Amino acid sequence: MKLGERSYLFKNPAHIVCGYTIVGPKEGEGNFGTEFDYVLTDDLWGEKSYELSECKIHRETIKGALKKAGMQDSELGLMLAGDLLNEIVASSFAAREFQSAFLGLYNACATFGEALLIGSMLISAGFVNNCSCSTSSHFSSAERQYRYPLELGTQRTPTSQWTVTGAGCTILSTVAPEGREFDVQITGGTMGRVVDMGVDDETNMGAAMAPAAADTLITHFRETGRAPSYYDAIYTGDLGKYGMKLVKYICEDEGMTLPPNYHDCGAMYYTDKQKTEQGGSGAGCSSTAFNAHILRKLQRGELKRVLLVPTGALLSRDTPLQKQTIPGIAHAVSIEVF
Amino acid sequence: MEKERYLEYVKQTSPKTSMVRSLFLSFVVGGLICCIGQFIADMIKLAVPNISKEMLSSATSIILIFLGSFFTGVGLYDKLGYYAGGGSIIPITGFANSIVSPAMEYNREGVVFGVCAKMFTIAGPIIVFGIVASVIVGLVGMFFV
Repeated sequence: MKLGERSYLFKNPAHIVCGYTIVGPKEGEGNFGTEFDYVLTDDLWGEKSYELSECKIHRETIKGALKKAGMQDSELGLMLAGDLLNEIVASSFAAREFQSAFLGLYNACATFGEALLIGSMLISAGFVNNCSCSTSSHFSSAERQYRYPLELGTQRTPTSQWTVTGAGCTILSTVAPEGREFDVQITGGTMGRVVDMGVDDETNMGAAMAPAAADTLITHFRETGRAPSYYDAIYTGDLGKYGMKLVKYICEDEGMTLPPNYHDCGAMYYTDKQKTEQGGSGAGCSSTAFNAHILRKLQRGELKRVLLVPTGALLSRDTPLQKQTIPGIAHAVSIEVF
Repeated sequence: MEKERYLEYVKQTSPKTSMVRSLFLSFVVGGLICCIGQFIADMIKLAVPNISKEMLSSATSIILIFLGSFFTGVGLYDKLGYYAGGGSIIPITGFANSIVSPAMEYNREGVVFGVCAKMFTIAGPIIVFGIVASVIVGLVGMFFV
């Protein structure tokens, strides 16, 4: 059912079968450390380059999710996947080993939200029976693509964030998984629009993405008629600690107060000792945090209604050099337990 | 919310690098690297007493470049840079770091289009400005001095 311009609620919600995550060693030492399915001891994972390592992480995450779901490759109708590498090679190279249809997605770090939205729509409409939604990022491949060589001795600015090494995969289905007390469903969502408030500092992604996150949140609550208190918890993707503050500021300015159970996956990701400044970021940030931490809470019934809002900054390495400001995007996915 | 008001708020509330801490650390580390250079020069002078001044400064620079490259290679120079900032960038060891780090990074793309092509991605501007400045100084010197 369409609500307003960009929101909708499903008559036939998509069921979440399971989630699976693989992360790097630093992420394993972070706040979600005990909740990941597999923590690597070496972020190269026996590969020759970090790009190939990210590809392997992505591939093995999808395989792990399928195994956990008790599903064969042939039963999976569609793979929705994305990452941050140029031409999203981590996803498409990972897809080489599967027989399923593949739709490659890119919305920067909001790709996981995009995948969940499209996946749940296709399942709700009956176009596919099962699909996987996965995203990955790798600190070392992102650093070389967007910033500087790893060994270059530069200082990190206090507004910077740390790209998460890892991949998360969620399996969606038309039928509820058997033998579970709680059935987790994607019940609706709000598609984000590109918002650019003129932030041009690529070391301050939180400030670039916060207006998009606020826009999506405000639109979601207005169009669905739900109040922020409808949800047990609201999670944005990777705004970081400072980005969270900005979202609260914008929402307050627009007359909407975010409840105390508003969190940010990036801000929660690492411990203070890990020196990541504002917290985690990257396409793997919200996908690993969701599948390891949030989904488990939903499956245990500790949370009943969650709004997940992955956020992305849509820039390339060259656009800031060409004096372009940084557009942001955020998608809201409503996840409820029945 | 209007763009201008948002940007103003971001400008005012963004967490900023502590100027005092940065200046202090870069002063100490930068000074320390220079002291190490002086120590190396003194040692060479002690070992080879009748070495020429030009030879001495070249030998010292070569040893410092080696040290900068070596500590980049073993993965320590970037950790120093995290704290020292300009203190470890400006000395000649920082220049070595800026060439060795991309060379290491792009090793996987092969020797020609990886290491050799990407080696100067960071140091390139320094070399270009250095050469242009030396040509200008040279011309000035040729005609006016």
